[in-house]
Amino acid sequence: MMKHVLSAMVMNQPGVLAHISGMLASRAFNIESLAVGETEDPQFSRMTFVVAGDDKTVDQVRKQLEKIVTVVKVVDYQRTEIVDRGLILLKVATTSQQRTAILELVSIFRAKVVDVGLNELMIELSGQDNKLNSFIDLMRPYGIVELVRTGRIALAREVSMSVSDALKPPATYDVPEVVV
Amino acid sequence: MATVERSSHTETSAPPRPINGAEVLVKALIKQGVDQIFAYPGGCSMPLHQALTFHKDQIRTILPRHEQGGAFAAQGVARTTGKVGVCMATSGPGATNLVTSLADAKMDSIPLVAITGQVPTTVIGTDAFQETPMVEISRAITKHHYLITDVRDTARIVKEAFHIARTGRPGPVLIDFPKNVQLTNLPEEPDYDPPMNLPGYHPEVRHVHPSQLRQLLAMIRASKKPVFYVGGGAIQAEAAEELKKFAEKTKIPVAMTVMGLGVFPGDHPQSLHMLGMHGTVYSNYAVDQADLLLAFGVRFDDRVTGNLAEFAKHGKIVHVDIDASEMHKNKLAHLPIIANVKEVLQGLNALVSDDDIPDTRDWWVQINEWKAKFPLAYKDSGEFILQQYAIDELWKQTKHRETFVSVGVGQHQMFAAQFYKFAKPRTWLSSSGLGTMGFGLPCAMGVAAAQPQALSIDIDGDGSFQMNIQELATLVCEKLPVKILLLNNQHLGMVVQWEDRFHQGNRAHTYLGPVDHPEAVGAGDGQHYADTYPNFVQIAQGYGVAAAQVRSKKAYPEALAKMLAHDGPYLLDVLCPYQEQVLPMIPSGKTVKDIIIE
Repeated sequence: MMKHVLSAMVMNQPGVLAHISGMLASRAFNIESLAVGETEDPQFSRMTFVVAGDDKTVDQVRKQLEKIVTVVKVVDYQRTEIVDRGLILLKVATTSQQRTAILELVSIFRAKVVDVGLNELMIELSGQDNKLNSFIDLMRPYGIVELVRTGRIALAREVSMSVSDALKPPATYDVPEVVV
Repeated sequence: MATVERSSHTETSAPPRPINGAEVLVKALIKQGVDQIFAYPGGCSMPLHQALTFHKDQIRTILPRHEQGGAFAAQGVARTTGKVGVCMATSGPGATNLVTSLADAKMDSIPLVAITGQVPTTVIGTDAFQETPMVEISRAITKHHYLITDVRDTARIVKEAFHIARTGRPGPVLIDFPKNVQLTNLPEEPDYDPPMNLPGYHPEVRHVHPSQLRQLLAMIRASKKPVFYVGGGAIQAEAAEELKKFAEKTKIPVAMTVMGLGVFPGDHPQSLHMLGMHGTVYSNYAVDQADLLLAFGVRFDDRVTGNLAEFAKHGKIVHVDIDASEMHKNKLAHLPIIANVKEVLQGLNALVSDDDIPDTRDWWVQINEWKAKFPLAYKDSGEFILQQYAIDELWKQTKHRETFVSVGVGQHQMFAAQFYKFAKPRTWLSSSGLGTMGFGLPCAMGVAAAQPQALSIDIDGDGSFQMNIQELATLVCEKLPVKILLLNNQHLGMVVQWEDRFHQGNRAHTYLGPVDHPEAVGAGDGQHYADTYPNFVQIAQGYGVAAAQVRSKKAYPEALAKMLAHDGPYLLDVLCPYQEQVLPMIPSGKTVKDIIIE
């Protein structure tokens, strides 16, 4: 099943996240990750969803999201060139002998050591899913003590969905889509 | 502005009433054209009720005997007038008692605004007395919801709530109003028509494209076996006239969903009546055989389609609906049109020429053959009063009057859908999507309040009726002359029907009399007339409702006529056999090939 990245502009109000996650759960849509935060305009937040499903399912997810009154606009980035990133923080167990090897991997992945303890390192890494996954796999043998991961966020390269774009009313006519 | 009209003993020097949140909300309701509200008071809605008394000349407050009854009465107003129905309850249990009606209104797209009291904002989240997180509870079962936390937002929120409830695909909106905000004073009257803040809500921008209309007409022109499949969306869009005009011009037969009944005259020769699980044989055959299905204001509900893959698989599907999320949700449409049904029909009527009229002569020969072979009919039952007969006779006695029919849920509901030939939209009121027992009586009560000139009838079953039987008090105390035709078969008839068809007749808690009665385990002789339970006539009389019981077919027409002529609420307890089944029937998940006719 294809993974789709959906980006939604929503009103920054209490309860919007609960409303959206409740709708997705009650309609049995499977959401792989969800990231939410304020946009350039603090009255609006942007949510990025990763949804696994066929085109029909994802189309329903998009339309059901758009039906929620506090959701301003939703785009599916399936056929759009995007930059997408996730972030992890992980604590890995280390001895003084292993530390050099770990730091080498940190440098190869352009990760960052953000805290050092006697027996642990805390590492920060951002990037696309496969990069994050590879790094996590490489850390496993040393012993991952704790791992935390954000949902993916994404922006399209060419097309824009700024707050002012999203606030423009949608087109009067739906593009006639005909399946004959 | 804030002077108070009081009874004489406070006439001297009443201080000016402050403009508090409750006062603003009531005035905002009046501004929205609300002239009646069904409201049950409690601790956290007292300020609202106080404010309602000060505006009783403009807004009638009707006190139901249960919040659910009030909320269904508000639906009665909405379903019959097309305006937004309004109900109110206090926090906690009062609010949760509205939940079923909210879910019901969401399923049937009924415009409703429900106002609930809430505990003061200072104690929200502390499990305070009668605190329930109403916004959380109602999220999935409303179109939108509000919690008023700042009194200055009150007028805007009421305006937005009504706008959302009635535009686009209509639905219920909840306003949760904490008591301390109700009691917060404003320094002056607010603007009752403030700008709305709904950047994500654009119901007004969806229109049909001229190229879509041309394509639709081309599909009609090319068709040989077209059928309309029309639902509640056509009623919400007030499209009955346009539908009739277009259907008559093009000679296309019209099948209706439960929600669509009345949008096309039931006794019109082109009517195929209802389709789906308990629809007519000929409507289901026609939809199955159609080469073009014109699905207008419908949502391909499972009670219509049965097995989705097999439904209407021989033809092209044109789906017109205001809600984009209905397109391809259950069934792929070849031509999806996201627009108001009335607008599309107006466009078609303006464009259609004689050349566009398909040649349906052979199609009509076939349909009329089906109609002749499989009419909706019932047997002669001697002295017994069959439900179908009771409804047929009701139709005959009331068709010349302005009549509104509300129903509960079950066999009596389906019999009413089959045998009362609704001539006009908004005259048939049924909990169709959610299927809520207990809907009929309170809904009919709302209809009586909204349409005082007309006849408001509740056709009910003895199971459904007892779910909101307390509203008999409201009929009397609020002078709402509802006529109740109680089809009493002492059983939950629809479940009994399924038990008899699919569970070898094993009675599983479907007999409504005492557990030690032989009928409780299906061991009775089928004659339950001697000792029916409860005594509905006595109950009605206890409430002050005139009532009579009728047991024989011979006595029925006169007993019915007596009820219809009665000035005031009336209950006619009609004893019916429980062995009767609603047919035809397409079993759940099956296809038209599996239709049960006898």
